[in-house]
Amino acid sequence: MNTNKPDRRRFLKNGVALAGLAVGGMRSGVAQTLGSEAVERHAKVAESYGERTRFETVARLPQAPTPQYQRAGIMLTPLQDSVGIITPSSLHYIATHNHAVPEIDPRQHRVLIHGLVDRSLVFTMEELRCLPSVSRVHFLECANNSTQLLAGDGRKAETVQDTHGKTSCSEWSGVPLSVLLKEAGVQKGAAWVIAEGLDLVKHAQSIPLEKAMDDIIVAYGQNGEALRPEQGYPLRLVTPGFEGLYQVKWLRRIKVVDQPYMNLLETTTYIRPMPDGKAHWFDFELPPKSVITRPSGGQRVPGRGFYEITGLAWSGGGAIQRVEVSTDGGRTWKDARIQEPLHRFAHTRFYFPWTWDGEETVVQSRCTDERGQVQPTLTEFLKTRGVDLNYWKTTKARVGFFNGIQPWKVTREGSVQNALL
Amino acid sequence: MRCYNRSVLLIALVACSAAFAQGPTYQRGRTPTQEEIRAWDISISPSGMELPPGKGTAKEGANIYAQKCAECHGPTGAEGDFRHGRLVGGKGTLNTTRPIITLGSFWPFATTIWDYINRSMPMYRAGSLSADEVYALTAVLLYRNGIIQENDVIDAKSLPKIQMPNRNGFFPTKPVWKPGTKREFGLYP
Ligand code: HEC
Repeated sequence: MNTNKPDRRRFLKNGVALAGLAVGGMRSGVAQTLGSEAVERHAKVAESYGERTRFETVARLPQAPTPQYQRAGIMLTPLQDSVGIITPSSLHYIATHNHAVPEIDPRQHRVLIHGLVDRSLVFTMEELRCLPSVSRVHFLECANNSTQLLAGDGRKAETVQDTHGKTSCSEWSGVPLSVLLKEAGVQKGAAWVIAEGLDLVKHAQSIPLEKAMDDIIVAYGQNGEALRPEQGYPLRLVTPGFEGLYQVKWLRRIKVVDQPYMNLLETTTYIRPMPDGKAHWFDFELPPKSVITRPSGGQRVPGRGFYEITGLAWSGGGAIQRVEVSTDGGRTWKDARIQEPLHRFAHTRFYFPWTWDGEETVVQSRCTDERGQVQPTLTEFLKTRGVDLNYWKTTKARVGFFNGIQPWKVTREGSVQNALL
Repeated sequence: MRCYNRSVLLIALVACSAAFAQGPTYQRGRTPTQEEIRAWDISISPSGMELPPGKGTAKEGANIYAQKCAECHGPTGAEGDFRHGRLVGGKGTLNTTRPIITLGSFWPFATTIWDYINRSMPMYRAGSLSADEVYALTAVLLYRNGIIQENDVIDAKSLPKIQMPNRNGFFPTKPVWKPGTKREFGLYP
């Protein structure tokens, strides 16, 4: 391997020089610089597991500790720097309720399928890898993503990482749960499955059998390699479009049953209390949501002129059908261009050509999904909950499932600020 | 990877699965023993079907609570903050802007208390409690929330029958899911 080194270096060096010549040739003057020169030490031989350049430092950030959330142990995805639709595995958001990430030896790991089945089965990781598999692009999102704005927790969300950082999107690979359930033979009377993880509190979640037979993946792969430890290594559920709780990590058991088992987090914490004291439970699918990631809070628009607005849209209702953008504070809306191919239950990239005239304005996006569900404004959202803004600013009840339109204000200086509240 | 085909068997099975909707097609995985399933299966249904033998009262539970739970949840369970999960109190607060959500004021089923204590508590020492201890701890938490009497015996029969005060506080009354249904997010059904 090492014998390649000199050759490779020479090649890279020459390559850079040639590229410089080519571009320089197209421009008029030889003196024109391309802004930077490749330095010898960067042209190092590929490492066994590659790292990004030292010039790129975008990173996850912990959600600011607040009385309500300090035990949530949440790391937020830096959506402001995202391009395309895939979140690098290293930047995927993390929400583990502050419980340590278990370290599991895949050779020892087993998953049990039992309950209302003809044949209980235990699978090793090796046996799972023998079964028919799929790879699909899906977003995950915490039910409480972008609610900290409204929860009155003392910290103003400034960047899109603050407001929307609890969603990420990956290509997930694994065995359809339906394959395992058919192998075991689901019996009459079965209507739900309980999925259980191997974490400290053995998180368990009740999932409708129809969903389990539809499109859930028992995933061992993420973005072309094994799952990351904090994403459930060696095995997790990916339940497309459903809130984060259903994406059971470190999966060890599937029990086929007749009714929801009312595990802790489907009994409390993630239930949505209403002002009259009643509560909404089993919401399952996340609502349609979109946000402009460029320009977004904390960024700068570099002077008047052309600027391509871009952002992400996603929905638990399936594919994104339409994204509209307003650059005049919501007076007019125009269709954005949607990046194809379209994936269902996935982040969807949109683009909108904009020429900024240098005046203060507000930019925002709204999306429509394949079911015709439209993302609401904050005011419309509050109406569906039957509450006013003041209620959400003062209540200690968790909001959850907030999908209001996110406006960003662009000042005359070109700085961008959160304009929701 | 040992992904060899048992082709003869496979042909036979494909024939089978045509006759029965769900036959094993791939012949992977092994059959667990009943003991293995019993050891792994910690799920408790609201019907209480899986509850093991054993029993306990609030009187017995008070001692165990003081030894094994109070360090995090406070001497009575009503002191606990959001971080550690307050275990007692909150009656009548659900329709205010400061709802105190506890197992007494909010949870719809008493079986969840048993399931969760047995599954996850005490934190970092989950699985260390005997069935009798879990029954007694469930009893003391129900008693301190004013749901049962101090000497009521809690066991596999009595626990699922306990009517929790907020049992009817949830929408929709019966959770169902159908693929592709358009939903009014946030609205009552
Ligand atoms: C080392 C600290 C610690 C000890 C000891 C402990 N707990 Fe907990 N308990 C917690 C924490 C932290 C939570 C919140 C867990 C979470 O949300 O994942 C919790 C949650 C709970 C809950 C759920 C509360 C809710 O409404 O969400 C119950 C019930 C409970 N504990 C009962 C007990 C009992 C009974 C014992 C004694 C056997 C016990 N705990 C011992 C730390 C502890």
